[in-house]
Amino acid sequence: MSKFDIFKNGVTKENPILAQQVGMCATLAITTSLINGVGMGVAVIAVLTGSNIVISALRKFIPDEVRIPAFVIIIAAFTTIIDLVMHAYTFELYQALGVFIPLIVVNCIILARAEAFAFSNGVLDSAIDGLGMGVGYLVAMILLSSIREILGNGTILGFSILPESYEPMMMAVQPPGAFILLGLLIGLVNYLSNRKNRKKA
Amino acid sequence: MELVSLFITSFIVNNIIFSQFLGTCPFLGVSKKIDTAAGMGIAVIFVITLASIITFIVQKAILVPMELEYLQTIVFILIIAALVQFVEMFLKKSAPGLYQALGIYLPLITTNCAVLGVAINNIKFDYTFIESIVYSVGTSAGFMLAIVLFAGVRDKVDNADLPESLKGSAISLITAGLMSVAFLGFSGLKL
Repeated sequence: MSKFDIFKNGVTKENPILAQQVGMCATLAITTSLINGVGMGVAVIAVLTGSNIVISALRKFIPDEVRIPAFVIIIAAFTTIIDLVMHAYTFELYQALGVFIPLIVVNCIILARAEAFAFSNGVLDSAIDGLGMGVGYLVAMILLSSIREILGNGTILGFSILPESYEPMMMAVQPPGAFILLGLLIGLVNYLSNRKNRKKA
Repeated sequence: MELVSLFITSFIVNNIIFSQFLGTCPFLGVSKKIDTAAGMGIAVIFVITLASIITFIVQKAILVPMELEYLQTIVFILIIAALVQFVEMFLKKSAPGLYQALGIYLPLITTNCAVLGVAINNIKFDYTFIESIVYSVGTSAGFMLAIVLFAGVRDKVDNADLPESLKGSAISLITAGLMSVAFLGFSGLKL
């Protein structure tokens, strides 16, 4: 597999949210506005790439039996770094994301990539895989949070883009909207990929 | 009285799944049959309550006096992972029946973000020891309520005639959204 294929795989075919459906908690919770979605996506890219690099670099030294605890410690270390960096430099975003920053530790996608890819591949490939998966996550976050912000507030990044007469659909930014809109988004992605496969066949 | 209100709030009003979105992975993944869902729910109540008690004590007795609060995430996740392992070993030895019933769900709980989320929230909301226990039990009972209700609904949904693209997790999410609308009706409820 070429380096670019590894990257593309994470964004499209094995997109963490739209195709694999892992790491949903944060996705559902914080996508109420585009800025939150982007912030969370960038934080996940940083943790995922960092942990993939370190885990693949240490893969010869970590005994097989204790690999899961070892992964968890490495991931927790990176999460703590991101947590402190965001606390220092982007305080508003830090407050908006709240408990979901430390919860990156238990985001299934990071542990899944450590186990499925980084533990059996070289450092550079793992870094690219982490970046690809992270960007895939970010793309899904941007899609869902833009839809929710536009429907629920009539704004994008805080700027009004819809006419005054638009009545914001409150439900889109409330919990039910998160579930329903993500469900419909996944349905749409399934529909498009089914159609593409049928054309090929 | 305040404790009762805290319990109801964390149990139903701020339901962990339908309004806080913690633990949605096992919620969408595991709940296909009512009895397995109930098994998972009981295991989660047990682990969350125990984990909250231990993390609370560690936070107040070790991390705060030594000014190591920034290590919270690492320490808490290690405690939870060790605790789950320990509970599994203990149940295997002393209560094989219970182990048989809960066994397969226990390892999954380490990566259930509800456990870490509740432990962190206990500290963040500045709860006292008693309050944090009530909050943990209420929240995890809310998890069980949601997962059991959802398993019942999903049984019907799986047999329904659906458009091809919506099958699987898409319709699960939409169903969960509709249930969340019902739970939204409790919001603002004060005792």
